Amino acid sequence: MNLFCVGLSHHATNVETRESFAGNAETDCVLRRSGCAEALLLTTCNRVEVYAAAQMRVPTEEIARCLRRDMNNESREEISAFYRYEGGECAQHLFRVAAGLDSMVVGETEILGQAKKAYESARKSGAAGPYLHRLFQRAFRVAKQVRTHTEITRGPVSVGSVTVDLAEKIFGHLANCKVLVLGAGETSERTARALVSRGVSDLRISNRSGERAENLAQLVAARVVAFDRWPEECREIDILITSTSSTALLLARENLAPILRERIDRPLFIIDIAVPRDVDPDVNQLEGVYLYDIDSLQSIAQQSLVLRRQQMAAAEAIISRHVADFGESISSGLNRKASAVEHPVGETSLRASEL
Amino acid sequence: MDRQFLIVSTVCFLAAVVRTAFLLRAKKFHQGRFNFFAIALGFIFQTAFLAIRGHTLGRCPLTNLFEVFIFLAWAVALIYMLVGPAYRLSLMGAFTAPLVILLQGFALLAPIDTPHTAKLPANSWLEFHASMSLVAYGAFALACIAGVMYLVQERQLKTHQLRSIFYYLPPLTDLFAAITRLLWWGFALYTLGLVSGFFVGQPLPTVQVICATGVWLLYAAILQGRHLRRLAPRWVAALCIIGFSAALTLLWGITFTAQILPR
Repeated sequence: MNLFCVGLSHHATNVETRESFAGNAETDCVLRRSGCAEALLLTTCNRVEVYAAAQMRVPTEEIARCLRRDMNNESREEISAFYRYEGGECAQHLFRVAAGLDSMVVGETEILGQAKKAYESARKSGAAGPYLHRLFQRAFRVAKQVRTHTEITRGPVSVGSVTVDLAEKIFGHLANCKVLVLGAGETSERTARALVSRGVSDLRISNRSGERAENLAQLVAARVVAFDRWPEECREIDILITSTSSTALLLARENLAPILRERIDRPLFIIDIAVPRDVDPDVNQLEGVYLYDIDSLQSIAQQSLVLRRQQMAAAEAIISRHVADFGESISSGLNRKASAVEHPVGETSLRASEL
Repeated sequence: MDRQFLIVSTVCFLAAVVRTAFLLRAKKFHQGRFNFFAIALGFIFQTAFLAIRGHTLGRCPLTNLFEVFIFLAWAVALIYMLVGPAYRLSLMGAFTAPLVILLQGFALLAPIDTPHTAKLPANSWLEFHASMSLVAYGAFALACIAGVMYLVQERQLKTHQLRSIFYYLPPLTDLFAAITRLLWWGFALYTLGLVSGFFVGQPLPTVQVICATGVWLLYAAILQGRHLRRLAPRWVAALCIIGFSAALTLLWGITFTAQILPR
């Protein structure tokens, strides 16, 4: 029995191509009819992959045909974009995928949940048998080990997550923080949503256009503050997010200094994501003020990505050890077991901890 | 025999420091129980040392500079164990252990474990005064450690240069809350120790009274500045470090002078 993987990912294909090969609810059955003894479909926004075990070689073209949504389209060019890994390489690829090493954002953890879901679905339908069971359980173990023993998931990698992380490092829990969002654009909304997702409940929005402020306020359950009154709010708030389209500075050191004297023991976190900037950079020199503009936020996200990439060698070493060990176990133990037990692994034979 | 307890205790604290340094260097630090248990074990050995020494002396073991330093290190560990887990200040143990090692290491290496030449009869007020003052010093020491952590974290946030340690240090507001509480606890205990000194029943050395009052006034000024919102958190943190350094120097000076010039 041979384990193999055939798929498309963000590395070599665009989203349209991946969409056209995303498969459907029947794909597992179609794959099994095409000669795969076991088959599992993993589809995410960045990849479409089939993991399978078969006695005879199933051609890549056949797998691609099973995945194709539009059966009338037989483009050879698209099929050439598929990659194929066999045996140990297949295990290595899956371990890298599950650990987030093959993701667009290195170290992201969402892929592990998606892989678990795909495995669970295949197990319930009977499409995943003892080979895929072993392969995926090992992949989940490897991902956990990589996460625990390296810093591959450390640090925020998007502007929103950097903002939230910094806010938490200043204020601790964000539930009691008062946030003022200046400007009602898409970036403001994203940042505000990131803060709300971490418990912020006192959100205020101020915008030159009252209507847009009202619309955003409804979306994120905030209250609207008249644009000419926002400077007064600086006495109360903990976090200020600015992203207006103003060409002149909205907040200068001279305006903020008198307000800060009344709140000397409370920090003020200012996130200026406007281009051109809304806040004078000198404001950061004031006691208790932490000002971050879009460049500094992106630079922190970049630092985290660099740190994550630095951890890749350590993660690859863990994976290599598991690939070698998995190769041995699959060639010795499982082959004997598989010859004795022909049916897929039932629920009773699965360890609860592996699910 | 009693010194061996002290050596073992120092090794326990050293283990906490080495492990944390290794994990931070390997970028693998995770909040575990090792530090707390290492410090707790070190604290047990410190307590064993003080108990044996106290039993031998027949009084609170605060008769020379050596014992004063060990008692202070014990107070620092005690306050950490009371405060560290309560405020969940990650890395505080890693910051506390080096201070304890410094105090104990100095006490063990320096030739200061000399019997006090002027044997005064045991006086419960005097013992209460000395021990309470040193426990207060323990709280001031922890405030100083939290102050260092605050300044490290604040500096990184101001300069946007986030190093690996940034992700392990507690939030600024949590650190500032801990500093404030430790200052209040230390101040209350120190006041108690200071006042009890007047009930000793003997005339107090003028230098000691002046120095002790100076330390009390310094911490009173920090707390007043904090309470009236005249001092920014960064300054409170910096003053905690300056205050404890000054208090430690005075403590050394007072005890050293008292030993070479016994009344």
